[in-house]
Amino acid sequence: MKKSNKKLTSNLITYGIVVVAFLLCQLAISGVIDGFSMSRSLKGQLIPICVYIVMAVSLNLTVGISGELSLGHAGFMSVGAFSGIVAAMWLSKGMGNENELLCLVLAIIVGGICAGIAGVIIGIPVLRLRGDYLAIVTLAFGEIIRNVLNCLYISLDGSSLHLAFNNPNIPGKLLVNGPAGATGVSKFSTFGMGFVLVLFTLFVVLNLINSRSGRAIMAIRDSRIAAESVGINITKYKMMAFVTSAVLAGMAGALYGLNFSTVTASKFKFDTSILVLVFVVLGGIGNIRGSIIAATLLTVLPELLRAFSTYRMLIYAIVLILVMLATNNPTLRSAVDRIVPRLRKSAARKESDQA
Amino acid sequence: MTLFLSYLINGISLGSVYAIIALGYTMVYGIAKMLNFAHGDVIMIGAYISFCATQYLGMPALVSVLMAMVVCTALGIVIEGLAYKPLRQAPSLAVLITAIGVSYFLQNVALLIWGTNPKSFTSVVSFGSLSLLGGKLLISSETIVTILANIVIMIALTQFTGKTKIGKAMRAVSEDKGAAELMGINVNATISMTFAIGSALAAIAGVLLCSAYPTLQPTTGSMPGIKAFTAAVFGGIGSIPGAMIGGVLLGIIEILGKAYVSTELGDAFVFAVLILVLLVKPSGLLGKTVREKV
Repeated sequence: MKKSNKKLTSNLITYGIVVVAFLLCQLAISGVIDGFSMSRSLKGQLIPICVYIVMAVSLNLTVGISGELSLGHAGFMSVGAFSGIVAAMWLSKGMGNENELLCLVLAIIVGGICAGIAGVIIGIPVLRLRGDYLAIVTLAFGEIIRNVLNCLYISLDGSSLHLAFNNPNIPGKLLVNGPAGATGVSKFSTFGMGFVLVLFTLFVVLNLINSRSGRAIMAIRDSRIAAESVGINITKYKMMAFVTSAVLAGMAGALYGLNFSTVTASKFKFDTSILVLVFVVLGGIGNIRGSIIAATLLTVLPELLRAFSTYRMLIYAIVLILVMLATNNPTLRSAVDRIVPRLRKSAARKESDQA
Repeated sequence: MTLFLSYLINGISLGSVYAIIALGYTMVYGIAKMLNFAHGDVIMIGAYISFCATQYLGMPALVSVLMAMVVCTALGIVIEGLAYKPLRQAPSLAVLITAIGVSYFLQNVALLIWGTNPKSFTSVVSFGSLSLLGGKLLISSETIVTILANIVIMIALTQFTGKTKIGKAMRAVSEDKGAAELMGINVNATISMTFAIGSALAAIAGVLLCSAYPTLQPTTGSMPGIKAFTAAVFGGIGSIPGAMIGGVLLGIIEILGKAYVSTELGDAFVFAVLILVLLVKPSGLLGKTVREKV
C-alpha cells in the first residue's frame, strides 16, 4: 500500500512539473511580468519541445521499460506526420478552416492509428530478434519507410484522395510530392495541443508501467526465460509496448508535421531516431521524468548556443560526450552518492537488481 | 548480358568498399562489444586527409593514402583512449551514445576545417580503364583497384588474426576478456590495436569510396557507415569472413536493385533483403548462435 502511494506521488510530481512548465511558458509568452519573456526563436521551439518530449517518453517505453534498443523511432514519426498532414488537409477541405482544432485532433488520431498499423507490421518480424540484431532491423525499417515516403505521391482532387507510387502525374493538387515532401501544409499545431499531447502520453505510459501489463513487460526485460516460465505471453506484451510506443510517436509526428509549411521525408532520417535515443539515455533509461527534462534541455541547448554560431554543434557534441563520461565515472558517482543518501539507496537497489 | 556483368562488377566494387568498412565495425564489435557509430566519420576524415595531401601539399597519390592511414590510426587510438576506455564498465547504451557524440564531433570538426561545400575528390588511381569483350565491357581502374585491395586486405587480415601473436591475443580477448587477462594478455592494448587497425582500414575505404564517388563533404561517411554496419550484421557481427561476404553481397544487391527494381528504392531494397535474411538466420550469415543458459 505504501509503495503504491509512493508511485502515485512520483507520478503526480511528473504531471506537476509538466503543468508548471506549461504555465510558466504561457506567462512568458504573454509577457505580463517585466523581464520575464521569451525570445522569438525559443517560442518557435515550444511545439518541437512537446513533440520531442512525446517521442522521448514513447521511445523510453521501448528502450527502458521493454528493454529493446530501437533505432528507427523516427520512422513511426514520419508515418504519423505524413498521414496526419494528409488527413488534416483533406478534413479542412471538407469542414472549412474554422474547425482547426478539431482537424488537428483528428489528424493526430489518424497519425497515431497509421503509425500503430506500421508498428504492428514491423513489430511481428522485429520482436523475434534480440539485442543488436533487433536494433539493426529497426534501423532498416526506419530507412525503408523514409525511402518509400520519398516515392509517394498523394493528391487531393475535389474531395477524393489519389495515391500513386513513383508517379507524380495524378489529378488534383499534390499534397505529398515525392522527394519534395508535403508542401503548402496549413500550420494547425498549437502549443496548447502539444501540452495536451504530452499529458496524454504521460497518462498512457505511466498507467501502462504501473499496471499488470507493465509489470509483465518489465519482467520480460529483466529475464525473458523466467518470465516465460511463469506463464507470461512474451510476444503479446512485447507487442503491446512496441505498438503503444509507435502510436505515440505517430501522434507526435502528426503534431510535428502540422507545425511546418513544408515537411520532407529526409527530416525523419536516422539522425532523428538517434537524437531521440540520446534524450532517453541522457535522461536515464527507464526514467520517464528524466526523458522529459533531457528532451527539453537538449532541444533548447542548440538554441541557447546560437551565440557560438558555427561552433554550436561542436559544443553540443562535446557536451554530449562529457555528460556520458561524467555520469558513468565511478569516482564521481560514489561522490554524488555520498552527498545525496537517497540516491545511494536507489543506486544500491539498482545494483542488486542487476546482480 | 554485358550490362548485367558490368552491374555485377560495379556491385562487387561498391561491396568491397562496404566490406573494408564493415571489417572495422565487426572487429571492434567482436572485441569491445560496442557499436562504434563514429567509424563512418573516420572514413570521411581519411578521405579529407588524402584530398588535402594531394591537392594542397602536392604529394603523390600513394603517399597521400599512407598519410590518411597514419592520421586515421592515430585518430582511432585517441578516440578509443579518450572516449571509450573510461566507459569499459558502463552499460552498452552509454557507450553507444558516446560513439554518436564522437560522430557528431568529427562531422563538425570537418565542417569547421573544410566547410560545407563539397570538394571534388580526384581519384588516386591514375591508369586507364580495362576494356573486355571487344570494348563492350568497360571496367574502370578504380573498380579493379578496389576489388584487388579488398582481396589483399582479406588475406592479410585472416593471416594476421590466425598466425601472429597480436592477432591471437585479439581473438582471445573477443572470446573471453577475463580469461585473456589471466593468460597475461594486455586487454587495453589489444583493444587499442583493434581500433588502430579498424581506423587504418577506414582510411583506405574512404579513399577508395571517394575515388569512385568523388563528392566529399562532412556527411560523406554516414550513409556508407550505416550500410557497412548493416553489412557487418548481415554477415554475422563479430565474424571477419562474415563482414567480407556481407559487404560484397550488400554492394551487389544495392547495384542490381537500383538497376533492375527502382533507382529511388535501391536503399529500401538493401534493407528489405537484410530483414529477410535476419528472419531466416537471426544471427546473420556466418554468425554464431549463442545458446542461452538458464
